[in-house]
Amino acid sequence: MRSDGNSGRGSNRSTPGGTRRGNRLIAAGFVGVALFMGGLSFAAIPLYRLFCAATGFGGTPKIGLAAAPGGTGQTIKVRFNADTNPGLPWKFKPERTEVTLPLGEDQLAFYTAQNLARTPVTGMALYNVTPEKAAKYFHKTACFCFDRQTLEGGQTMEFPVSYWVDPKIATDPGTRDVRNITLSYTFYPSMQDAEKSGALAKAGPHIGPVPSDRVPQDAKTN
Amino acid sequence: MAATTDDHAHDAHGHGAHGHDDHHDHKPGFVTRWLFSTNHKDIGTLYLIFAVIGGLVGGILSMMMRAQLQFPGSTIVADGQTWNTMVTTHGLLMIFFSVMPALIGGFGNWFIPLMIGAPDMAFPRLNNISFWLLPPALVLICIGLFMNESGSGWTLYPPLSNQTYEAGMGMDCTLFALHLAGASSLLGSMNFITTIFNMRAPGMTLHKMPLFIWSELVTAFLLVLAVPVLAGAITMLICDRNFGTAFFDPTGGGDPVLFQHLFWFFGHPEVYIMILPAFGIISHVISTFSRKPIFGYLGMVYAMVAIGVVGFVVWAHHMYLSGMDVDTRAYFMAATLVIAVPTGVKIFSWIATMWGGSIQFTTPMLWAIGFLFVFTVGGVTGVVLANAGIDQAVHNTYYVVAHFHYVLSLGAVFGIFCGWYYWIGKMSGHQYPEFWGRVHFWLTFIGVNLTFFPQHFLGLSGMPRRYPDYPAAFSGWNYVSSIGAYVSGIALCVFLYVCYRTFTSKAHVADNYWGEGATTLEWTQTSPPAFHSFTELPRIP
Repeated sequence: MRSDGNSGRGSNRSTPGGTRRGNRLIAAGFVGVALFMGGLSFAAIPLYRLFCAATGFGGTPKIGLAAAPGGTGQTIKVRFNADTNPGLPWKFKPERTEVTLPLGEDQLAFYTAQNLARTPVTGMALYNVTPEKAAKYFHKTACFCFDRQTLEGGQTMEFPVSYWVDPKIATDPGTRDVRNITLSYTFYPSMQDAEKSGALAKAGPHIGPVPSDRVPQDAKTN
Repeated sequence: MAATTDDHAHDAHGHGAHGHDDHHDHKPGFVTRWLFSTNHKDIGTLYLIFAVIGGLVGGILSMMMRAQLQFPGSTIVADGQTWNTMVTTHGLLMIFFSVMPALIGGFGNWFIPLMIGAPDMAFPRLNNISFWLLPPALVLICIGLFMNESGSGWTLYPPLSNQTYEAGMGMDCTLFALHLAGASSLLGSMNFITTIFNMRAPGMTLHKMPLFIWSELVTAFLLVLAVPVLAGAITMLICDRNFGTAFFDPTGGGDPVLFQHLFWFFGHPEVYIMILPAFGIISHVISTFSRKPIFGYLGMVYAMVAIGVVGFVVWAHHMYLSGMDVDTRAYFMAATLVIAVPTGVKIFSWIATMWGGSIQFTTPMLWAIGFLFVFTVGGVTGVVLANAGIDQAVHNTYYVVAHFHYVLSLGAVFGIFCGWYYWIGKMSGHQYPEFWGRVHFWLTFIGVNLTFFPQHFLGLSGMPRRYPDYPAAFSGWNYVSSIGAYVSGIALCVFLYVCYRTFTSKAHVADNYWGEGATTLEWTQTSPPAFHSFTELPRIP
């Protein structure tokens, strides 16, 4: 089927054995490439998290115990927002909705949450900062949102958050125009809790958010 | 499609001594030939038939959608969920079950071995698996359609596709269908790459390869790099839906925007996957019917390579409204606009090829010139949409719908028909009826432009996509658009008639029925080619 005696680069592929070995090598190489790309899509989950933490992408504030650099005399307005997932029977709100504070100084803010259910419920708060470009200058040193929080039936709790805003926000040409920063929290039922109550198993079929029998009437207004 | 009817006298020699797995002296029986097929031409034929079926189902859906949108307040489609499911399935069918099987599986399988002078694909059995993964995928996606449970849009964004908003099994079926179609594309593309790298005829260096082979090679590379990312993303989505993980669920710390990034890292190269093989076909047809070699061969090759490379770093232009900062948007906008350069090189090279040529306006040439027109219109609106500032206004409007239908629904599909008319004589041994081919072209050309051009106006005046109804203010152009869709529907019937006339025709065509302009290796073979071609490897000077 293949003529022998070809010259030049054709000759080594004119033997079926050589062609077949070459075929297998190339195919194996590209199976490797496909597996690598598939792996990369999973690696994207932690990498994306790292990327957001490093750059403030998507409104991710800086986390950690870095000390505040001290005030520069300038001020900025911070607004506090609180949302509750309808699946969590909590009433969750900030103590003050808005403060004007000096740049570069440690600040403390409080949120209060009340468990409206009669049984203990565990929630987990997710957070972000808008405008998103301001996030890399927003430092949280301690926050209730770093851990899961459990409230006994009917219990009310004050949640503190300690933070400071980097004065560099006023000198960076990209963020110089920022006058207001909104710090937002959304409390979700923790996955473990949801699993325990069987919420995942009976999640469907329905269109729209969680079925009404799981949502206490006054929590719906959120 | 007509079976190859020639005898294979010259084929009967010399197979006994060679141990190639699947070579027989004669064609096998029906079941062995079509179900267990390992012959690249038969598999190509199967892919083409499959693409016609997928395209017809997707086309029927689009006719129903245009009927619903013909007048405001229609109730042809029962409710929004049904509408969303139809939109989703229409998109997925056309992409994965019509355009890709035709351009990659169909013409790729048929003509890669013929154009590079190889006896068959590198892995014939793998080729068989690649095809037979698709029919079960089509069944699964139709289950999603008929269960009315896959209304996420073809982009599958959570939360639209998660347990909360699409709780039923239909969505899982659609996701698994994509897994199967993706596996099929991956295996097929590895086969293509191996064949092209390792089985070219002696003397055919990479820079002597026909442009269609280059287009399939770049496409195969894009598939190998992009499809695993989609597979990863939908695997995570399936886990989120069924196994309590939270990759994209904020409840457990996931981020739905990450799905958008993963999806479009696949999705943007995917649009080039659909159009690049059409570029290859158009190059051959324009060169053949201008009776000139293609203008700027190397420029054409590296334009395709450049489109493939840059196509991987522009994905977030689909996500300008997902909350990116202005610098990120500026980057993605600039990178996207850069793609217009290699694309422009190709358009100008095609025009330069025609310049001064002795052009014959046969049906394939009409499709090729039609392609240049619609692809350029789609390209211009693409440059408009690439601008982040403008995109904020027209994001998810009918302007976007018009744009991607001009490049894909019209561009890629014109490429498919162009290839069909160009090669059907070679594939079947019978020529299409020229008059009806032209009727098909002109009806399609008028129909699709009537359908999609008014959608630019609708989009610019603010009509959002993915709704089954609209305010009366939009009714005029929607009516025109629906009429255009019916004209294209009639054109599709003409195409089926052309198929009927072609396959029942008694006349046989010569080896090279296009004459001196057609210079690639497939024209040295009989029409249709022998069941086993290139028993003697051709030498390329």
